[in-house]
Amino acid sequence: MNELIFFFNNVVVSGLVLGSIYALGAIGVTLVFGILRFAHFAHGDMMTMGGFVAFLLASLFAAWGLTLPVPLGFAVLPLTFVITAALALGIDKGFYAPLRARGAKPVTLLIASIGVTLIIQGMIRLFFGTGTYNFFEGAPKELYRIEVPLEEATRTINFSQPQVLLLLVTVVTVVALHLFLTRARLGKAMRAMADNADLAQVSGINTALVVRVTWIIAGGLAALAGTMLALDVTLKPDLAFNILLPIFAAAIVGGLGQAYGAIAGGFLIGFAETAAIFNWSILLRPFRDALPEFIEIPNNLALVPTEYKLTVAFIILVITLLARPTGIFKGAST
Amino acid sequence: MNRRTLIFFGALLAYYAIAGVFFGAAYISLLSVQALAFALIALGLNIQWGFGGLFNFGIMGSLMVGGFAATTISFPVNPEFWASDGPALLGQVAIAAAIGAVLVIAAGQAHRIGITGRWKTTLQVIAWFAAYVIYRSRIDPAVAYIEATDAGWIGGLGLHPILGWIFGGVLAAGVAYIIGKVSLGLRTDYLAIATIGISEIIRALIKNMDWLTRGTLTVSPLDWPVPRPQDLQAMGLAIADSFVVGRVAFFGVLLVVLALVLYLVQRAYGGPWGRMMRAIRDNHIAAAAMGKDVKSRQLEIFIFGSVLMGIGGAALVTLNQIFDPGSYQPINHTFLIWVMLIVGGAGNNWGAVFGALFIYLTWMLSDAAAQFLFNGLSDWMVTMGWPGIPDVQSRSSQMRVLILGVVITLALRYTPRGLIPETYQARD
Amino acid sequence: MTPLVELDNVVAGYGGAPILNGINIEIHASDIGVIIGPNGAGKSTALKSIFGLLQVTGGAIRFDGEDITNRLPDALVPLGLSFVPQERNVFTSMTVHENLEMGGFIRDDDLSGTLSEIYDMFPDLKAKRHQNAGELSGGQRQMVAMGRALMSRPKLLLLDEPSAGLSPRYMMEIFEQVVRINKTGVGILMVEQNARQALGFASKGFVLASGQNRFTGTGQELLDDPEVAKSFLGG
Ligand SMILES: Nc1ncnc2c1ncn2[C@@H]1O[C@H](COP(=O)(O)OP(=O)(O)O)[C@@H](O)[C@H]1O
Ligand SMILES: [Mg+2]
Repeated sequence: MNELIFFFNNVVVSGLVLGSIYALGAIGVTLVFGILRFAHFAHGDMMTMGGFVAFLLASLFAAWGLTLPVPLGFAVLPLTFVITAALALGIDKGFYAPLRARGAKPVTLLIASIGVTLIIQGMIRLFFGTGTYNFFEGAPKELYRIEVPLEEATRTINFSQPQVLLLLVTVVTVVALHLFLTRARLGKAMRAMADNADLAQVSGINTALVVRVTWIIAGGLAALAGTMLALDVTLKPDLAFNILLPIFAAAIVGGLGQAYGAIAGGFLIGFAETAAIFNWSILLRPFRDALPEFIEIPNNLALVPTEYKLTVAFIILVITLLARPTGIFKGAST
Repeated sequence: MNRRTLIFFGALLAYYAIAGVFFGAAYISLLSVQALAFALIALGLNIQWGFGGLFNFGIMGSLMVGGFAATTISFPVNPEFWASDGPALLGQVAIAAAIGAVLVIAAGQAHRIGITGRWKTTLQVIAWFAAYVIYRSRIDPAVAYIEATDAGWIGGLGLHPILGWIFGGVLAAGVAYIIGKVSLGLRTDYLAIATIGISEIIRALIKNMDWLTRGTLTVSPLDWPVPRPQDLQAMGLAIADSFVVGRVAFFGVLLVVLALVLYLVQRAYGGPWGRMMRAIRDNHIAAAAMGKDVKSRQLEIFIFGSVLMGIGGAALVTLNQIFDPGSYQPINHTFLIWVMLIVGGAGNNWGAVFGALFIYLTWMLSDAAAQFLFNGLSDWMVTMGWPGIPDVQSRSSQMRVLILGVVITLALRYTPRGLIPETYQARD
Repeated sequence: MTPLVELDNVVAGYGGAPILNGINIEIHASDIGVIIGPNGAGKSTALKSIFGLLQVTGGAIRFDGEDITNRLPDALVPLGLSFVPQERNVFTSMTVHENLEMGGFIRDDDLSGTLSEIYDMFPDLKAKRHQNAGELSGGQRQMVAMGRALMSRPKLLLLDEPSAGLSPRYMMEIFEQVVRINKTGVGILMVEQNARQALGFASKGFVLASGQNRFTGTGQELLDDPEVAKSFLGG
């Protein structure tokens, strides 16, 4: 039983947490792709930027002596959302919009996103250095333990406070996004433009407005993802660049341009990663005595060593590209 | 070479000369050699992107593969490893890998015995999994053994460094072949993410495979194709002179390589091969309709570009005399090269070389310039009674990332075709 | 009386050599204008040039007397122009109802009146209103496309080959609706391959070839012209 709880903590809980982060990131990537038709490689850095915005705000409030029952980094999320969305709008105006106005191809925008990556990274490193920051200043994160009402179970199912908040944020975001895309006029216009940009223009849809809304959502969600990730682990300048691959893999697996696909893809990759690095021999141990002598359970039955976790997202990506390049939800084709 | 190109290269020479006055002969000679290696790498990217229109965000991977090759070929033999059971264990690994390969290939041919569709796919998945398990069952103990013995790793082969560079090119070609097979023909965005993924995986592998690469423990010093400064010192040269002389000799070797490559590429690009490449780049569909085998031509060009990157990466490691997988970053080893090519002029070999030499020096200069600036600012702040800037050194070395971002942004905006643009046909 | 739309010696193209070499078209609110001509004649290009989808380099386009040359679509829709492109003219991943709503994007008032008018016009659509447009048959898609264009309550409707690839039954239904829409005071300018049928109800016909006007007249005049019949109506 304890083994099962261990499995639950390491695969299900961790998978949910990772999946949430990936999903929040992938939604932004997929929306930007759907509307502007280019892979926005600076998205990871937008997430990191959001994390630092939250950190600045939290430090500011902490300096004023504010204390709350939830982490300050979480309490400042709405403000972080707004500020990062504004920054995303500014980035579009300063870097991408002039190129679009010139009629540049999407791939030029892709290259321009390298520039944005470098500028965001450079700014963060310039002001914050290369070290890591912690929202919790040494105070341990609160841990919620859920007792399993069974005799043999001595372990507990564990969620840290940031993890619970992250799941909450993800659920709220997904529901809000769903309502926006299916009920709001602008949300529908966004889907229309992702579906057929020429026809959207012909219908009189204000495409410039849709582009702005896209950046607001993408930037805002990046801020949520970055902040929650930084709360769960620590904040550092390459916080999200390292998870760019799983995020893009999630967006592609879900079908580029498909918001729901990105959510599904995010969780798929999150669970696949935690399952792949889980040491399955732990689950077999209880059966040790039942097995004949000559079968020995190896100590480590992880499918992939932890240091190669990245390969999991990559392999899923490659399989998707080979077998179904439009993704499981039929996104943009070649 | 037209007048514009000559003027730019003349200015570049002056730029290096002025920098040399500030930095001194030893440092500017080091920067010049490194810049030449980057020119080779940028040429590789120019072939892929400028000629072939193939996106590559995985340059770092090719450089690391090259560095690994240079290390393995030219580092002295590790007698302790060869005396241990290690070679035998690795032999078993090779056999296991071969068995796995046979399984996978056999499953790929399953249609010949009437297994098709879903069943074949299932069989292939099982074969891949079985191959993986067989391989892991041999490699894990072998690795544990080698890393536990005094040998620690398999060591090098003790051969000439130039052989290491060649092997770097070959190895990079092999990796490029696999990447190309999987991802060429996909839309650009997918190619970009696939290549970035592979280069990250290569980094993870090289960093963690201590038995093969020594990982982050690193080994040094590596041998040079010319006498190294320490060799010159042993021969009685003054320390300061030894660095300059050694590096200038290294520069000579690399210059010969670069000139040769440049000559060959220029010729090929001016001929029928180049015309075909441009046709494919600018219009896939029409080229395919004309009966060109677009995909295998693209694979060719992707491999060719990667070879140059592998050689350049190997040369850089040889020059540094140390291969440190921990020091590779996408910013310094992938994006930097993109900036070089975009600023120099994609599609023009002279542009690529110019961009590499110009951006590399700027990149290295901006560190020093920022430090100078920040120190001045910090001192001024202190005299004003404010606290100075903390960690000036580490902050200013980050300044160059910012500058690089600004440079590529300005280039895309104001000279989208680069300073020495492609002469054949306008794009974008 | 000023015409609803007027193309005055329009020269336009896609960046290279011009495709339209000075064409003239005039449509009043009461008109159904039909453009016919061989493939590649520039018929679609003529409609796109009105709708600001390509660069007009010479001549002028006026709508209700106002110069609208080279205005972008989002400025034209509010003026009362609507366009149904030849291909990819529905949002395939959206429901029929959402497609219609997108047609009314520029309107701030209540859409429900217009929506029910359109559902009355195309009862097939009402039954499929919550189905994705991508799942519909060609004829039904064409109805969605027309419905979408009507949602902005246009004064002028531009249709590019609305009957292309449709069965005779759907073609007749579409044509009937075109006539009915015209009766409500909406000017129509359409490109058609089914030239005989279309000229039958057209008040004006234009024959384009190589980007130039070859014949202009009422629908009946063109049908009766032996040369038009020989060269453009298949004998
Ligand atoms: N998007 C485009 N870009 C460049 N040329 C085009 C484009 N669309 C059409 N053309 C060219 O313009 C000419 C007229 O096309 P079109 O107006 O579509 O003819 P049609 O009368 O059959 O509708 C053709 O020669 C076609 O090749
Ligand atoms: Mg047409």
